[in-house]
Amino acid sequence: MSTEAKTEILARIRGALADQPAAPKVERTYRTVSDRPAAEVLEMLEDRLVDYKATVHHESVETLPGRIDELLGSSARYVVPTGLEASWLPADTDTRQAVWESTDERGRVLGVRELNAVDAVVTSSTVTCAETGTIFLTARSDEGRRAISLVPDHHICVVPAASVVELIPEALARVEPTAPITMISGPSATSDIELERVEGVHGPRRLDVILLG
Amino acid sequence: MSRTALGMPAVRPVHGQGNLHAETAFPAAAKTEMGNTQMRANIRHATHTIRGKRANVVKELPDWQALRSAGSALKESVMANLPELLEQFEANVTARGGTVHWARDAAEANRIITNLVQATGSTEAIKIKSMATAEIDLERHLAEHGIIATETDLAELIVQLGHDRSSHILVPAIHKNRHEIREIFLREMTETDETLTSEPRDLAEAARAHLREKFLSTKVAISGANFGVAETGTLTVVESEGNGRMCLTLPETLITVMGIEKLVPTFADLEVYLQLLPRSSTGERMNPYTSMWTGVTPGDGPQDVHVVLLDNGRSAVLSDPAGRSALHCIRCSACLNVCPVYEQAGGHAYGSTYPGPIGAILSPQLTGITSAENASLPYASTLCGACYDVCPVKINIPEILVHLRDEDVRTKHGQRPTADAVPTEDGATAALQTPAGPQATAENTDGGRSTGSASGPAPGRVRRLFQRLPHPPSEMDLMMKGASMVMSSGRRMALAEKALPLGRAVAGHDRRISWLPGMAGGWTDVRDIPAPPRESFRNWWAQHADETQDRVRADGVVPGTGPGQPAGPRQSEEDDR
Repeated sequence: MSTEAKTEILARIRGALADQPAAPKVERTYRTVSDRPAAEVLEMLEDRLVDYKATVHHESVETLPGRIDELLGSSARYVVPTGLEASWLPADTDTRQAVWESTDERGRVLGVRELNAVDAVVTSSTVTCAETGTIFLTARSDEGRRAISLVPDHHICVVPAASVVELIPEALARVEPTAPITMISGPSATSDIELERVEGVHGPRRLDVILLG
Repeated sequence: MSRTALGMPAVRPVHGQGNLHAETAFPAAAKTEMGNTQMRANIRHATHTIRGKRANVVKELPDWQALRSAGSALKESVMANLPELLEQFEANVTARGGTVHWARDAAEANRIITNLVQATGSTEAIKIKSMATAEIDLERHLAEHGIIATETDLAELIVQLGHDRSSHILVPAIHKNRHEIREIFLREMTETDETLTSEPRDLAEAARAHLREKFLSTKVAISGANFGVAETGTLTVVESEGNGRMCLTLPETLITVMGIEKLVPTFADLEVYLQLLPRSSTGERMNPYTSMWTGVTPGDGPQDVHVVLLDNGRSAVLSDPAGRSALHCIRCSACLNVCPVYEQAGGHAYGSTYPGPIGAILSPQLTGITSAENASLPYASTLCGACYDVCPVKINIPEILVHLRDEDVRTKHGQRPTADAVPTEDGATAALQTPAGPQATAENTDGGRSTGSASGPAPGRVRRLFQRLPHPPSEMDLMMKGASMVMSSGRRMALAEKALPLGRAVAGHDRRISWLPGMAGGWTDVRDIPAPPRESFRNWWAQHADETQDRVRADGVVPGTGPGQPAGPRQSEEDDR
């Protein structure tokens, strides 16, 4: 690789900055800490998610497997990251099976075509921003690698209530910067044709969010 | 402060190449485009819709202005520390298993990317919509080397399949309606047939089916980047459809092209831009998907990760203190959606990858103001300032437009040695250090407005000015000079205004003047001038000024404290923007 280009570009930039412009002080007077009660923040999140055409469910640890069972419906195979709490899931049946996925010895790695053939995926999430309705996945063991929450057409995402914050700065502060990060705000969508919004293009066309209280 | 004293290497600004040059000057291109009524109706619908959505979601945030100010200050500090931040970024990407390449211009970037694709043995690549790759005309270059790069963003796919050009930064196919898009899909996608309807839902479904196999099988992806974080080496792509996630996750090799100005210092700084960008761009609280990756993550996503840092004229933009803030742009396209000129002319008229107000300041700076076609771009504006009001990073576009017009006039008059034309180092330094901004032009065109010049330029000075010109003065120069002489002297102005009744006589019964002679006729080609008033304000004031105090007293205002005082609201208005 040529270092000549790098040297020349940096020299051009230093030449361009010959007037030595001063870097201004960055005033962070925008909101960085929420002043809303938690219940209000959860309400806000639900409002945003529904606006994005995601479906929102409120469950407890006891009712969670039943809800996931219902949402999976007639799905035959669904993928689950190995770090996910097994007690969250309904038991396997003759017609439906969880496929545990991971890159370590606890599960196996699905090829893209196998992933394309599963019906759904269940994951947890790292943090969720209520003001923008944004769920952050950071490839932790209960979220899995990025491909598993992307290729299947139906994503069931569990959002623990304690992981919900109001503001974007609060959310980013809870994220490991160098992890592979996916921010999800509703299902895949396009407005490219006459600005008419169509939900569901390449990412999961159905997004179910379960708020776990 | 001399550059030698700073120990700086003497480097001439080097301009960019690629899809940045207009082939036709803006006025001619706009005239052609304005004949396309379908395009104009589509653009009008799009700009007004997004404009409304943006206003609604911006209103929701109580700290919008604080975010804008932070966004602006952060970018300013990025530019001030650019060499250090670029090296920091490179070190962090490399430490995490990625490879950083540096490209001086479009040709070098294309060469690097072509080599990287060829090294994989693949002749196909999937692409995420990216302004940088459009700017360098990557797709055509790859095609010339037998590599097919498929656009995966729906709008870009429509443009690609239609053998067309993008007309809007955010919604590139906005000039096409659903029926036109159906025709393109029927013609170009082998798997479609006559049962395809023109419903956007069906068309999106057709694109999904068309691209699915490509996502699952293609080994190489090419992307742009919205932000690069110096502190961590993290790259960010902001999108809606999930095609970005597909490209960033499934292939084995990922090549990202990023302009050198796209850096932010720290990961936490993204909190500012991830709030500013979606609301300004699509008018959403947040776009459906944002992806971030840092080098290579074992077992997750591409294991062969490259970043191409692109200059292509950006360092030349940086060299102009009065114009460099154009590099702060985060490509949201809010300025397009509010621009009265863009709304009428559409994106194609600008002839560059970057249309609209931001394009009018960015394209000529990237290429240098020397080409006649791009030199017309800074005039493609009414200077109404709507673009500045909505800009999420507070780029003062009108001010830069005026600055570039001045550069253009001085270039034409041979007063401003262009960087490319200057043979000596000293000359280049002189070009760099020429004081910028309207004050530098006071002698030329702005004399009437400069304070303190009670009398106009002496005839001798005018003659000397014209003697410096490489060409004889144009009709425009003479008109401007004449206007400057008249307007800079109260006495001469009063004399000139005595001629107003003459104008009324010319206007005739319909009180309109629809033809003026010579160059001034350019104005009346497309509009009428209303007849001048019977009496000038100056003359009216001379007779009625005394009445002011009577009126003020009648209103019960103590003289000197009224709201009419020219205090400082002008400044604070600017701050609120």
